[in-house]
Amino acid sequence: MAAVGVATGGGNWFSALALGVTLLKCLLIPTYHSTDFEVHRNWLAITHSLPVSQWYYEATSEWTLDYPPFFAWFEYALSHVAKYFDQEMLNVRNLNYCSSRTLLFQRFSVIFTDTLFVYAVHECCKCIDGKKAGRELTEKPKFILSVLLLWNFGLLIVDHIHFQYNGFLSGLMLLSIARLFQKRHTEGAFLFAVLLHFKHIYLYVAPAYGVYLLRSYCFTANKPDGSIRWNSFSFLRLISLGLIVFLVSALSLGPFLALNQLPQVFSRLFPFKRGLCHAYWAPNFWALYSALDKVLSIIGLELKLLDPSKIPKASMTSGLVQQFQHTVLPSVTPLATLICTLIAILPSIFCLWFKPQGPRGFLRCLILCALSSFMFGWHVHEKAILLAVLPMSLLSVGKAGDASIFLILTTTGHYSLFPLLFTAPELPIKILLMLLFTIYSISSLKTLFRSFS
Amino acid sequence: MEKCYLMTVVVLLGLTVRWTVSLNSYSGAGKPPMFGDYEAQRHWQEITINLPIKQWYFNGSDNNLQYWGLDYPPLTAYHSLLCAYVAKFINPDWIALHTSRGYESQAHKLFMRATVLIADLLIYIPAVVLYCCCLKEISTKKKIANALCILLYPGLILIDYGHFQNIYNSVSLGFALWGVLGVSYDWDLLGSLAFCLAINYKQMELYHSLPFFCFLLGKCFKKGLRGKGFVLLIKLACTVVASFILCWLPFFTEREETLQVLRRLFPVDRGLFEDKVANIWCTFSVFLKIRDILPHHIQIMISFCFTFLSLLPACIKLTLHPSPKGFKFTLVSCALSFFLFSFQVHEKSILLVSLPVCLVLREIPFMSTWFLLVSTFSMLPLLLKDELLMPSVVTVTAFFIACATSFSIFEKTSEEELQLKSFSISVRKYFPCFTFLPRIIQHLFLISVITMVLLTLMTITLDPPQKLPDLFSVLVCFVSCLNFLFFLVYFNIIIMWDSKNGRNQKKIN
Repeated sequence: MAAVGVATGGGNWFSALALGVTLLKCLLIPTYHSTDFEVHRNWLAITHSLPVSQWYYEATSEWTLDYPPFFAWFEYALSHVAKYFDQEMLNVRNLNYCSSRTLLFQRFSVIFTDTLFVYAVHECCKCIDGKKAGRELTEKPKFILSVLLLWNFGLLIVDHIHFQYNGFLSGLMLLSIARLFQKRHTEGAFLFAVLLHFKHIYLYVAPAYGVYLLRSYCFTANKPDGSIRWNSFSFLRLISLGLIVFLVSALSLGPFLALNQLPQVFSRLFPFKRGLCHAYWAPNFWALYSALDKVLSIIGLELKLLDPSKIPKASMTSGLVQQFQHTVLPSVTPLATLICTLIAILPSIFCLWFKPQGPRGFLRCLILCALSSFMFGWHVHEKAILLAVLPMSLLSVGKAGDASIFLILTTTGHYSLFPLLFTAPELPIKILLMLLFTIYSISSLKTLFRSFS
Repeated sequence: MEKCYLMTVVVLLGLTVRWTVSLNSYSGAGKPPMFGDYEAQRHWQEITINLPIKQWYFNGSDNNLQYWGLDYPPLTAYHSLLCAYVAKFINPDWIALHTSRGYESQAHKLFMRATVLIADLLIYIPAVVLYCCCLKEISTKKKIANALCILLYPGLILIDYGHFQNIYNSVSLGFALWGVLGVSYDWDLLGSLAFCLAINYKQMELYHSLPFFCFLLGKCFKKGLRGKGFVLLIKLACTVVASFILCWLPFFTEREETLQVLRRLFPVDRGLFEDKVANIWCTFSVFLKIRDILPHHIQIMISFCFTFLSLLPACIKLTLHPSPKGFKFTLVSCALSFFLFSFQVHEKSILLVSLPVCLVLREIPFMSTWFLLVSTFSMLPLLLKDELLMPSVVTVTAFFIACATSFSIFEKTSEEELQLKSFSISVRKYFPCFTFLPRIIQHLFLISVITMVLLTLMTITLDPPQKLPDLFSVLVCFVSCLNFLFFLVYFNIIIMWDSKNGRNQKKIN
């Protein structure tokens, strides 16, 4: 009885939080799921039933494989468990197949892979110093950070209702960040390289990693004023990093290189034909740009400045995913978005190079890279805001200024995810969970920094 | 201020759990011709809005009492009427007379679930929050943890939001809780008004009526029957009579009407018990079929006698020594006596015992958590019938974790913390070696939990043998009944060997 008491006693709040949110995820199993559910079922079918050479060519379903090879191998591994739940879901021809066992399997796979996320949060908590903590458990930064990450509203509704696997991918990212904080740079680099080959959206934050590792790991020492000391460059470290990246990439892309399928793989990974904005607009700069274009075109039509016959039929607001032209303002090409993104991340990269501030500086740069890419990127999903929100949580329990920025970012970011769940039964869930997370984050961060304001 | 925020977070969590459970199926989904209790609730809305009051409880061409006739007191009918007005505003097809029978749609399900949530939010949840905030001598953190545990109690969530049987249990329990609050903090008139509303919502609340009566009577006696006490007594009597008249006004016009309503409320011809329920009579009938052996009126007499004999000691003690703590414990033991020995008890009536046990979570966390787990387990056959396995497992686990971490229940198993100190001291006068009570209780807990888990697993995975198709339900009832009997003895011991005696002991020593 005493042993059970110790296990469930007050000391193990982290397990209680993790278990609690897992139980909530189980309750979300019967909720609405989006087409992403079918996407992943299709990928299970493709990787299970077809040989590797067919994976990136298969197009029976419209949801073709468009994630890097590691994710495909991940789906392949899952499919071996899936066959014990329902063999039918692994048939490529079974489009939109959704039996109750399929649903159960898929939902449980997301919940199970979130274990990596829980572990990553645990590691991140170790990187937080608790010196300015209060006596109360609920006022400790570790506790607040754990709740902000484990019970993150965006992650809950995107992963466990809408259906995606962001939990363990974010876990990988947070783990690599934690390793960099703990000065285990090679591990951090390795984890990030692996992450890139799981989901290439993390290319958004690759510049931060690249510059940081080059500046603060390859150059082993700084001059007293903090600027670079060129003769402390360590070729060994550079080579070890390069080797890690090379080996991981070889493992991932090697088979496809051997099959001469690299162009096909890349065309699947970077589908520039998809258009500037996603079907549901991500709240980024191009959304404003397109809205302005629309307004101007309406004004132009009213004032008879534009010829109606010259206006293209497809409009950005029709909810379709395709390429098209703007009417008044110049059309935007992928190259233009890339240039805008690069210009946006330049200041933070410069700071990271010329005035490195250790892991914290790296984290700030990472968040800024993620945000800039979100703002100016090509075909951005609104879910990409999570790339910025989750690392920002780490900073929010450190300084009061960061906490207020975090609150603005997270509240607006989460609110922008609302259109993802448009069904009536899920309306109370998203409102309740949003309120829960927002109220908790505001009140706990306010209490944490109360004595400093 | 911070307490406000944390309490809001707890309430939001409770609401989220409730709504996610309600996404599951409901009783009688897609099962014509009778469907289930979901259809009953919809039907009552149809009846109350389309027919005049005089016809609500009577059999007629428009109102076939065999098809889910109204069998709850008038306040339920008025509530159905209110919901029906809202339904009419949204979509009149839902409550059209005759044509809406068996109406099932996604939108309608949302509407019904929403009515439950709103009723819960307006009545039950504020009562729980207020109760926890008013607790004395504990820290803010413990108050909020207490609220979390009460709001996460699986039994009420699963019945109101999952099964949909007797929904709006939270309304009657909420009113009863307001009654407890009022009466415990000396707002006697408001408390008794709230409790009268509870009784007029569901007649099962009569299980709680005796402790209310004894407590208030005891208060009157304490104040002295010559002066203030008598005044209080008169005021209470007037409040009760007035609230009953107010609720039953439309039905008092004719004697026949009042009698008909009473006949619907108390169907004495229905028999000692129905279906499988974890009370004494059902368990006993495994060995001896009393339903078939004894004549009807003898059954009623026996159940009457047993019920009142088992609850008499506690009630007398409460009348003589009224105290809020004694009141809560007497509520538990009275309701439990009624559940175990009374007539026509449904499994859901265990909720009437669970509510007072939730109120004593703080005093005896270990035993209360144990009881609340058993109470949910006793409804297992019902929950499985409505495919609520996943929500049940999840909510029970969540509740257990919440209680275990909030109250550190496994460290609170000493004699003193089980409130058995005075009892053990008295027993030790005759048997000096009686020191092993806590250890026995811990072992019993382990055995109980293991049995419950095993039975649950067996019920899910195995098929019952051909000759005994109800084997697992009966086993569940049997095990639950044994547990409940143990709890009945335990709670009565606590009441009888209360601190008053303990204080005398200390003085003597």
